Amino acid sequence: MTKLVQAVIQPHRLDDVKSALEAAGVRGLTVSEASGYGRQRGHTEVYRGAEYTVDLVPKVKIDVLVADEDAPGVLDVVVKAAQTGKIGDGKVWVVPVEDVARVRTGEHGADAL
Amino acid sequence: MFELDSGNTAFMILAASLVLLMTPALAFFYGGMVRGKSVLNMMMMSFGALGLVSLIWVLYGYSATFGSGNYLGLFGNPFEFFGLQGASDESSLMAATGVPFLVAAGYQATFAIITVALISGAVADRMKFGSWMVFAGVWATLVYIPMAHMVWGGGHLSGAGAIAEALSVPIDFAGGTVVHINAGAAGLALALVLGRRKGFGREPMRPHNLPFVMLGAALLWFGWFGFNAGSEFAADATAGRAWVNTVVATAVAMLAWLVTEKVRDGHATSLGAASGIVAGLVAITPAAAAVDTWGAIVIGLVAGVLCALAVGLKYRFGYDDSLDVVGVHLVGGLVGTVLIGLFATDANATWYPDGALNGLFYGGGATQLVTQVVVALIAVVFSFVATYVIALVLRATIGVRAPEEIEVGGIDQSVHGESAYETLGGSRVVTEVK
Repeated sequence: MTKLVQAVIQPHRLDDVKSALEAAGVRGLTVSEASGYGRQRGHTEVYRGAEYTVDLVPKVKIDVLVADEDAPGVLDVVVKAAQTGKIGDGKVWVVPVEDVARVRTGEHGADAL
Repeated sequence: MFELDSGNTAFMILAASLVLLMTPALAFFYGGMVRGKSVLNMMMMSFGALGLVSLIWVLYGYSATFGSGNYLGLFGNPFEFFGLQGASDESSLMAATGVPFLVAAGYQATFAIITVALISGAVADRMKFGSWMVFAGVWATLVYIPMAHMVWGGGHLSGAGAIAEALSVPIDFAGGTVVHINAGAAGLALALVLGRRKGFGREPMRPHNLPFVMLGAALLWFGWFGFNAGSEFAADATAGRAWVNTVVATAVAMLAWLVTEKVRDGHATSLGAASGIVAGLVAITPAAAAVDTWGAIVIGLVAGVLCALAVGLKYRFGYDDSLDVVGVHLVGGLVGTVLIGLFATDANATWYPDGALNGLFYGGGATQLVTQVVVALIAVVFSFVATYVIALVLRATIGVRAPEEIEVGGIDQSVHGESAYETLGGSRVVTEVK
């Protein structure tokens, strides 16, 4: 069966995570711009003396579909590649996927990965 | 006998073109400072003023400002040069420097245009566009023209007025009172009548495009050379003095604003740099050719610090002068106009009207300082009261404020039928082609 590995990471770590996933044999992924915060909270900006707190900071979200048995390995690859050790590095999690189909061929399940 | 000076005339045509550029520059300066949903409306207020005030100026504006006669000390004869007809070059404002009537009249048009456009910064996001246009025409007629007539057209605040007789001749080289105090006090009055934007002081109203603001400030600075150096009406050493002071005071004001906010807020910001530039330009305007380099440095320094502090007043007092027309133009205009009383000098290559005195620090005593303070106060009171009355009348008749749903949803889409950026409008389909 299939698992979905999802990660929210620092935007500047995207290139390293992408290369690490490629090296680990992952053949496709989806990346989207996201915003949010965790323990990092936001930052402040000042415009002519008016201070604004920006509580949602830019992040990148990655979605990778993998076979069940590959999920723990892919999760570790993302953690290792995205890590800077500073607050705000992000999260990675794995969720089960009921079914997957490849649009071009109509294949289902593991064949569609 | 009029004798054409082609050098001066070429200079003044170029200077007029530079000043005209300031109004589109202001559109960028202001447009970048508002939210993305109202940038077109913000820019259109400047462009609208450019269209309407140009027309008013050539019809009766020039004549009512500089025409013969002195009605109430506020107006010249509006019909004398109606449509800029019937004038000989002997009657040119700049006849003494060999610049023809039409060039002089055209140069003065650009001042009227930018002054009206400056006020729009106080009313961002929330004024009905039609009401703005009506306001622009009425204000140009009943406030700008009298103020310009009073200072430059032989009225109350000129060398022929009562203050000149009682104290000394007021100094306003390029428009500290006529343009900046006038627009600043008017902006305050209009913002008070219009009321605060929804969410003022609570919701973030972040400038949506700071590069636009920087671009606008740069173009304003460029255009301002026409404003200040051109106000000499001749290509000579005094124009050069005004040009240099316009560099010096502006540069110092930018640095002073940056240091002020670095100390207070922890950051030297691009918006602070752009704002400091405009504060310095405003403050040096009345003094441009009346002070030496030291005077220009001090005027820039004081303007940069005071304006940086003054832009916060609106939050303390609760008036929504959205883009700080008061904090920058009123305060900057007052700084320049009053400091002339300390730094005015008749030294080499500075401009001096007959009957004006040196400033306190240049051996002229305190009289010129008193003159400058009195003139500044009269300008503030006249502009504020007249604008407040005009705004109240408009509010009671055609209304001034856009409905709340338009303000919240974005005035660009509702009023102008456009949006500035692709992301603001969602998906679109063609429904009609004409």
